Amino acid sequence: MSTSSTLERPVPMVAAADSAPRRSFALRLFRSELALVLKRRRNIALVAVLCCFPVLIGIAVHHSPTTPGDGPPFLSQVTDNGLFLVFTSLTVLLPFFLPLAVAIASGESIAGEAGIGTLRSLLVVPVSRTRVLLVKYAGTLVFAFMCTLAVAVVGVIVGLILFPHGDATLLSGTTISYGQTLGRAVLVAIYVTVMLAGLAAIGMFVSTLTEVPIGAMAATALLAIISQIADNIPQISGIHPYLLTHPWLSFGDLLRSPIGWHTLQTGILTELAYIAVFMPLAWARLQTKDISS
Amino acid sequence: MTASTEATGSVGVAEAPPSGPPRAAAAIRTTGLTKRFPGGQVAVNAIDLEVPRGAVYGFLGPNGSGKTTTIRMLLGLVGSTAGEHELLGDPMPGSAGTVLPRVGALVEGPAFHPYLSGRDNLMRLDSGDRTVPARGAGERVGTALERVGLTAAAGKRYRKYSLGMRQRLGLAAALLRPRELLVLDEPTNGLDPQGTREVRTLLREAAGEGATVFVSSHLLSEIEQVCTDVGVMSHGRLVFQGSLPDLRRAAGLRVRVETSQPALAAEVLARLGTGAPGTRPDGVVAELDGVASDRVTAELVAAGVDVHQLVVERPDLEELFVALTGEGFDVDE
Repeated sequence: MSTSSTLERPVPMVAAADSAPRRSFALRLFRSELALVLKRRRNIALVAVLCCFPVLIGIAVHHSPTTPGDGPPFLSQVTDNGLFLVFTSLTVLLPFFLPLAVAIASGESIAGEAGIGTLRSLLVVPVSRTRVLLVKYAGTLVFAFMCTLAVAVVGVIVGLILFPHGDATLLSGTTISYGQTLGRAVLVAIYVTVMLAGLAAIGMFVSTLTEVPIGAMAATALLAIISQIADNIPQISGIHPYLLTHPWLSFGDLLRSPIGWHTLQTGILTELAYIAVFMPLAWARLQTKDISS
Repeated sequence: MTASTEATGSVGVAEAPPSGPPRAAAAIRTTGLTKRFPGGQVAVNAIDLEVPRGAVYGFLGPNGSGKTTTIRMLLGLVGSTAGEHELLGDPMPGSAGTVLPRVGALVEGPAFHPYLSGRDNLMRLDSGDRTVPARGAGERVGTALERVGLTAAAGKRYRKYSLGMRQRLGLAAALLRPRELLVLDEPTNGLDPQGTREVRTLLREAAGEGATVFVSSHLLSEIEQVCTDVGVMSHGRLVFQGSLPDLRRAAGLRVRVETSQPALAAEVLARLGTGAPGTRPDGVVAELDGVASDRVTAELVAAGVDVHQLVVERPDLEELFVALTGEGFDVDE
């Protein structure tokens, strides 16, 4: 223990009677949360692992010419234009690795703070429970966007190095400039993040149910997987449009000209519906929860 | 064992403390505050706390007696099953947003992010406080760290901190800004004797500046020196509340006789109507229970007991504490 104590120092501890509370900028805690999420080594490692995929896929395609129709979507286009590496990578990552990253971040959110006891420290500051939930959700979404964006950026760079770059031929046969294609890549990253936001909302809710973050993470990841399995069972095709993961891979419609907004809209609405259900549930649960850790 | 010798004849439980200042002056007040956990276990059973402003209130009780649950309810972390409570005159948990910035709290030991430094942990808590300007954050954190003697270790990751340093950081969080009320749950846990002394000094300073201090402990001796008031919890109930002198007075006088004839002496004492005498090889001890000590002396001598020494004493607070809360190693359910 450091014993270099200077307790004798006369520092006022008691509030001046007239110190009227002033509302300072509410985003300070959000910035703190961002730093917490983005500086965390585990999260950095997750992003790094995700970034390996565009590199691996790029090298694999570069060294072994594929026949059209083989492998994941957009793979055959990669050799024509490096930018398609972004879309191939996201298609490969979206079913499992991206939801896993989001499940880890969202499952950790409330349960992690509850588990190590920092939730009680925040609440007595005081930070209202509503604010804790919103700040944590926002932090999770930023992390999801960071994951997606990192994959996209690495995809662009690897594509530039290994493959031709220039005008790109879209899925609809139209040709657009490299700059426009980059714009599409950004739109795809945003769409994918919105898709993950629904899962993140579920993760927030699960996270309010426990003080064991790993449990919340596993449950959330499991839900994403179950949804995808259900989406592949034709006998229950009636519920497919309502499944969380159903619209995830629709981002291909962003690679048409004109953009297939209708499918995208449906997809975004599906995720918004999940957010609208699970965030209030998370709020209600957290609001009445006894913080006894 | 040191015991104070008393000459006065006044014995028994003291009368209720004079209710001086208006009741609105209480820093903490609870009425019938109760916590029943879903399993049906009653952790806190209808307690009426009254902590006067400016007091250093020792909240005592063995582990598991309901102290921490009470503190969690006071701060709004845990909902109460029944009863009401207020902090600094405002009802809780409704007024948490306006009251808690004026309350510094350490609940059940320090809890921080292990991979952030001590300073970054405090910065994070400071960033959550919307009632302070962002500008002074570094200064507030620096001052708090200095107060608890952690300046040198401020940049170290929390996970590298020793238990004592962690406890200090917890105190620094409670002292992040000037407070009107400090609620500290076992602040001396894990501290070495010097650290314990420093905490006592901090409490005295805070009280000296006008803050009310509510400090829990399972060790009476650790906080006895700084307390003005005490509340004693046992099995979820508040079994004593009052000033420290009140507590002392609540401890009945007892007589200790040193003699070579303990059996005979015990017989005499029993005849006089004292509490059940306990015999030892070198004498006998009994609660006086209102029997005048000079009568004891006279009767003993008349009965031919060779009295080597006769002492009228008050059990020390530790013994009284044990008497109030029950002996033994059993943890309350």
